[in-house]
Amino acid sequence: MSDNIPVGLKYSTDHEWARVEGAHITIGVTAFAVEQLGDITLVSIDVKVGDELAKGKAFGTIESVKTLSDLLSPVSGKVVEINKALDTSPELVNDDCYGKAWMIVIESSDSSRAAKELLDDKAYAEHVKNST
Amino acid sequence: MGTLMTTAPIRKTSLYDNHIRAGARMVHFAGFEMPVQYTSVVDEHHAVRRACGLFDVSHMGELELCGEHAAEVVDYVITNNASSLVDGQALYTCACNEQGTILDDLIVYRSWFDHWLIVCNASNRNKMAAVFEQAAKGRCTFEDRSDEVSLVAVQGPKAFEVLALAGSDAGTLADLKAFHFRDAVVANVKCTVARTGYTGEDGVEIFCAWDDAPALWDQLLLLGTPLGMKPAGLGARDTLRLEARLSLYGNDIDETTNPFEAGLGWVVKMNKPRFVGKAALAQVANQVRGAPQARKLVGFEVTGRGIARHGYVLRDLDGHEVGVCTSGSPGPTVGKNIGLGYLPSGMTAIGTKFFVDCRGKNVEAEVVKTPFYVRKKLV
Repeated sequence: MSDNIPVGLKYSTDHEWARVEGAHITIGVTAFAVEQLGDITLVSIDVKVGDELAKGKAFGTIESVKTLSDLLSPVSGKVVEINKALDTSPELVNDDCYGKAWMIVIESSDSSRAAKELLDDKAYAEHVKNST
Repeated sequence: MGTLMTTAPIRKTSLYDNHIRAGARMVHFAGFEMPVQYTSVVDEHHAVRRACGLFDVSHMGELELCGEHAAEVVDYVITNNASSLVDGQALYTCACNEQGTILDDLIVYRSWFDHWLIVCNASNRNKMAAVFEQAAKGRCTFEDRSDEVSLVAVQGPKAFEVLALAGSDAGTLADLKAFHFRDAVVANVKCTVARTGYTGEDGVEIFCAWDDAPALWDQLLLLGTPLGMKPAGLGARDTLRLEARLSLYGNDIDETTNPFEAGLGWVVKMNKPRFVGKAALAQVANQVRGAPQARKLVGFEVTGRGIARHGYVLRDLDGHEVGVCTSGSPGPTVGKNIGLGYLPSGMTAIGTKFFVDCRGKNVEAEVVKTPFYVRKKLV
């Protein structure tokens, strides 16, 4: 499962993924992170649409049966969308962490630069290898 | 994401290789590398409630006291009444210090009148070995058998069906009464089998020689898998015991808590002539009745959006800190986020509302009846 690292996404060393589409960057957590956490029981997004978020800052928490982890934004920008489905269906993170379990969308003033500061799939795979 | 937990080796049980083969994620627990989960905490939890789970609890301590005065020594250290036991019977108890706070919670097994086995928490092994060794001096023999004894738990409604497949002797283990034990041959391994557990389900705990456990484990899993048995890790063990409101030492009880406030007054027998902590506990017993500031361990349900965790502050509806959460997690069978915590005696009535401070967010919670989960008895 931890080798599920889609090509084309960008990654943070904190195990978030980012999908860059124009100025919009969709953010979620990687399969490796999900595997480490186990059964996800609560996703709490603590920012609102319109909030400014700085890179590395927590935008919420993700909790499994046994543990809790901060969700850290891999990029800076304005929150433009939040995935409400995770409120009632946190298990989506276990089922489809790169799809239905996207967490927030951030609008970046310089998304290509933001993307350059993140890892590509190969670099992230290397990072995961060194994390286990 | 924040920092994820990492692991590094310390001590291993004899089942370490079995766990690795089963794909377990290992964590440090009480000085051992133990499986926290194999596939999923929730799946393992449900397997135990619906079919059967197999647990390695070899990290637990086993202390042995022998000799004609062994019963008196045991009875002096523990708060419950060891003299009420017959051969082949066990009981749950606390052991306290002179201040009346809890050194450990234990199961005490009487094999014969002069042969006693104590199972203590892994984290308290050295402490309790010292306590019993000291009490035994000049009275009876004491041996710490923890390194020689493996302990495997088979828990769940299918536990005895699995055992019935493990040989003719094992097949009659369903005749054991709760908290009774006997020697038995299970899957060709010489064992002592006790009808005890820590999950809220029916089942047994099986003691065997340290090196016999891997074969026993493999055989039980082979026989049990078609019946839905799964290996279950410490994660499921914790959610199962929490739903059943079984205390966890180091979380719900420790040397700052006494048995009365922890809801364990039933294992303190004040009519015993003497035991460690009796004088202090006599005072506490009076205070619990009298003092409004006394606290009690209660069960609660988080009704707002949040999961209570060990150490989270509990607040009254005005936001004042009034207590602490000692255990908390989602309860997979009850389908709610549940917890245990100490609250002032004025706030312990069922239905009392309060807040759990989930990392700065006041999340609503409510005192509820415990156990959160009670197994339906099949006649």
